[in-house]
Amino acid sequence: MTWLKVVFSRLTGLFRRKRLEHDLDEDVRTHIEMLAEENRRKGMTPEEARRAAMRQFGGVEQVKEECRDTWGVRFLREVTQDVRYGLRLLGQSPGFAAFAILTLALGIGANTAIFQLIDAVRLRTLPVRDPASLAIVHLNMNHWGSGSFSGSYSEFTFPLWQQVEKRQQGFSSIAAWGGTQLNLANGGEVDQAQAIWVSGEFFEVLGIRPLLGRLISPSDDPEIAGAGCAGAVDLSYSFWQRRYGGDASVIGKTLTLDGHPFPIVGVTPPTFYGVSVGDRFDMAVPVCAEPIVDGQYSFITGARARIDWWLAVLGRLKPGWTLRRATAQLESIAPAALHATVPPQYDADGVRHYLAYKLEARPAANGFSNARDQASDSLYLLLGLSGLVLLIACANLANLLLARASAREREIAVRLAMGAWRARLVRQLLAESALLAIAGAGFGVLLASGLSGALIAFISTPDNPVFLDMPTDWRVLGFAAALAMVTTLLSGLAPAWRAGGAAPGSALKTSGRGMTAGRRRFRFERALVASQVALSVVLLASALLFTRSLRNLLTRNPGFQENGVLVANLDTTPLKLSVAQGNVFEGNLLARIRALPGVAAAGISNRSPVSGSSSNEWVLDGKGNHPNGASDLEYISPDYFPALKIQILAGRDFGDKDTAASPKVAIVNQAFVKRFLNGAKDPIGKEFRMWASPGKPEPYYTVVGLVRDSIYNDMQAPMPPIMYFARAQFPDPELFTGPVALIRSRGGMAGLLDSVKNAIAGVNPAINIQFRVLSAQVRDSLLTQELMATLCAFFGALALLLAAIGLYGVISCAVARRTKEIGVRMALGSHPGGIVRLILGEMAVVVGIGLVVGLGLTLAGGKAASSMLFGLKPRDPLTLALALLILAAVGFVASFLPARRASRLDPTTALRYE
Amino acid sequence: MSGAKAEVLQGTLDLMVLKTLDTLGPMHGFGIARRIEQVSRDLLRLNQGTLYPALVRLEQKGWIISKRGISENNRRARFYSLTRAGRTQLRKEAENWQRIAGVIGRLLSESQGV
Repeated sequence: MTWLKVVFSRLTGLFRRKRLEHDLDEDVRTHIEMLAEENRRKGMTPEEARRAAMRQFGGVEQVKEECRDTWGVRFLREVTQDVRYGLRLLGQSPGFAAFAILTLALGIGANTAIFQLIDAVRLRTLPVRDPASLAIVHLNMNHWGSGSFSGSYSEFTFPLWQQVEKRQQGFSSIAAWGGTQLNLANGGEVDQAQAIWVSGEFFEVLGIRPLLGRLISPSDDPEIAGAGCAGAVDLSYSFWQRRYGGDASVIGKTLTLDGHPFPIVGVTPPTFYGVSVGDRFDMAVPVCAEPIVDGQYSFITGARARIDWWLAVLGRLKPGWTLRRATAQLESIAPAALHATVPPQYDADGVRHYLAYKLEARPAANGFSNARDQASDSLYLLLGLSGLVLLIACANLANLLLARASAREREIAVRLAMGAWRARLVRQLLAESALLAIAGAGFGVLLASGLSGALIAFISTPDNPVFLDMPTDWRVLGFAAALAMVTTLLSGLAPAWRAGGAAPGSALKTSGRGMTAGRRRFRFERALVASQVALSVVLLASALLFTRSLRNLLTRNPGFQENGVLVANLDTTPLKLSVAQGNVFEGNLLARIRALPGVAAAGISNRSPVSGSSSNEWVLDGKGNHPNGASDLEYISPDYFPALKIQILAGRDFGDKDTAASPKVAIVNQAFVKRFLNGAKDPIGKEFRMWASPGKPEPYYTVVGLVRDSIYNDMQAPMPPIMYFARAQFPDPELFTGPVALIRSRGGMAGLLDSVKNAIAGVNPAINIQFRVLSAQVRDSLLTQELMATLCAFFGALALLLAAIGLYGVISCAVARRTKEIGVRMALGSHPGGIVRLILGEMAVVVGIGLVVGLGLTLAGGKAASSMLFGLKPRDPLTLALALLILAAVGFVASFLPARRASRLDPTTALRYE
Repeated sequence: MSGAKAEVLQGTLDLMVLKTLDTLGPMHGFGIARRIEQVSRDLLRLNQGTLYPALVRLEQKGWIISKRGISENNRRARFYSLTRAGRTQLRKEAENWQRIAGVIGRLLSESQGV
């Protein structure tokens, strides 16, 4: 630890410099006086005594300087000098400085922005007390259970959660939560808010204290749900600010959620955004209030409670309990917990799987996150690519600095010859690149905070809003600082090292007077340019790959015509419709909408394409097995296909004659025929069955129509098999609580929205409506790909620009150094074309090597991108060839300009050139 | 100045200073230099000024501390004294020195014996 003391005392020494100097002066003076006094006592004259004392003491200034060294003062003084010198040099060439800082700022900014995102979704811990002792209780399903899953983290049913809560021992407190959307409006257009259901101990587990009022506690969430649940709402800080302007009198007021009034009891602190990263919540409501809101379809009191998966569980480990120990305890209670909650809807097979589920405890310090799992691959890829951009920027800067250093070769040689210290010279040159790097990093951090906000805005959609809290924290700043350091070393070390290693004699002799520039001298610059070209190939190829992949997606025919379609998501829960009433209601609604002047066609389904909502079911073979898996499905009204312009290839659409009493009919698409009907040439009239829960009938459906394949949800997936059923033949009244009207406009969508809203209100004003535009919905589903393509294109363009500048710079510099040689060649009769060929030929070798290496790198690294590409492979030959071609062309242009300039030299001037 | 006087090796001066302070107790720079010269019986050539960088070094390492005081003939001077860490360091370095001196001595006597 001695070195620590030394460092500390040196640092403090820097601030106490005056006193130290003073003390030393006094020490030295006293010492010399004592020596002199002694000498006088030996019989010398005062003058002699003093001189002898000085001799005995030795060089006073030398001693003082040595002491100052030890204090660290000299080091500081020299560094200040170096920095000032560097600033002066940069000031002399502001253009160079600005260019260098700009490229570094772009490189560092891009890296930092992406790091900031990774930091936010991956590295940061939850803003709660002692996140390390939090654990997620995870239900390990080795077989996908059937049922309905709502919310992003639906792992538990309510009965199963109750069992876990009752039987667990590893947690001092444990809580369940589930995400949902609740409507704040009373009829009319929906005003959706992000709510979380929380069990009583939720805030206690997290250790969150209220900003205002009180937080939901176990007394708000009694054991027997529904009965005796008074209901209470805690608002999030951001919602409180947005909605109520931070008004403290909000406590005690009432908030209407899905038409039910709840008292507002508290506000959570601003740092708390929930436990799932990338999401935000507006309000927390106790779990026991769920039956109040959802009524007959409640996840708690409803008939399907044991197959309604909607809760996630987290707890705080008891002191001394590890995740392993908690997992062991959870494993031991799982069989009993599962046994007590077997869903009556499951058949023997399903029950067998259900009982085999396992419970385990996982670390929860970073919270829940789908954003993390979905986005991290692309984020890491982007970080890698932006790292390459920074490398190219560094290589470029190194080249420019090298050129500047060689221009100062003579000055350096003179200083070396005069005895300058090599290490000092190296430090001086490093100071210059350090200044550039620090300025670059400074601007980079500013750029990053804007950029990362833009990235978030880019991937956020109305249906899937992403909220990330992204302060520029120490981790981000540390990352930027580390980048600056690496940049300094990468760009500054080579020029400094070379300058420091120069032999003064030869440098003094060669500078300016040589006939030919040594090939060896430029080897390093060439290597730098070649590596720039190589890295640019990687970036350009990725840019092209992602752009082409996006284009493939955007131009992919989804099977439906998304332009001009208005989607109206309706919530008719307040109407409490039976099946028969539902059919009548929908018939009325469609009639009214179709009568509107701007409407070309309209249909109703239980979902809209590419909305993320989905349902599927196993299709059975003759023996009642399901060897071919499941098919997506949809319940539609007549005229659904014309509304989406999905082509009917054979047979007919549903009609008024398809009723609950008539034979069961279905319409299927081509992929369905291929997978489940053995690719029958004429599928019309064929029959099939679906799996149904035990005790329910499994009727045969007759295929009455064949439609063209279309995308269900995933724009990147192959066309899925889809079966369409008539709404009139569906027995479950729940189907009619959330119909989706798909309305094709005639002429344009302006004004359509209002007339549709009026038409719906005309049927019943209590219906809640949420509008979407289908084309925007499709486009939104491609945002990640669009982001990748845009950023990659940006990186690729930047790389290309930097590589071109690097090439141009090196060749111009080489030409300038060879001016005399060129003059001689021309004087000896060399043709200008020959000069151009000479220079281009040399550069072609450099660029060629870069291209080959770059191609190798791209092929090797392509795997990382393969899962993110659509419609082409990462080794797509056309794309790679295009990347190489573009770079070769840029390389040619960048070298041609200086080469031509060289060929136009006047031999006499060139020979006199110095 | 006679050529027979040995130069002071870097590092050995630190050891000498520590040992001197250990023997004399708190002492000013002049006193330390005087003592080293006396003990070396003028076999060592010491520019007394070189003592000061060594004192700075030792103080930074926390092995000695300094205080203002009045010298025996009434001069204001800084008195240096050994800290506990300095004492430990002295013991370590002395042992080390003795070991090395022993090795060198044995080596030299062996080669002389050949």
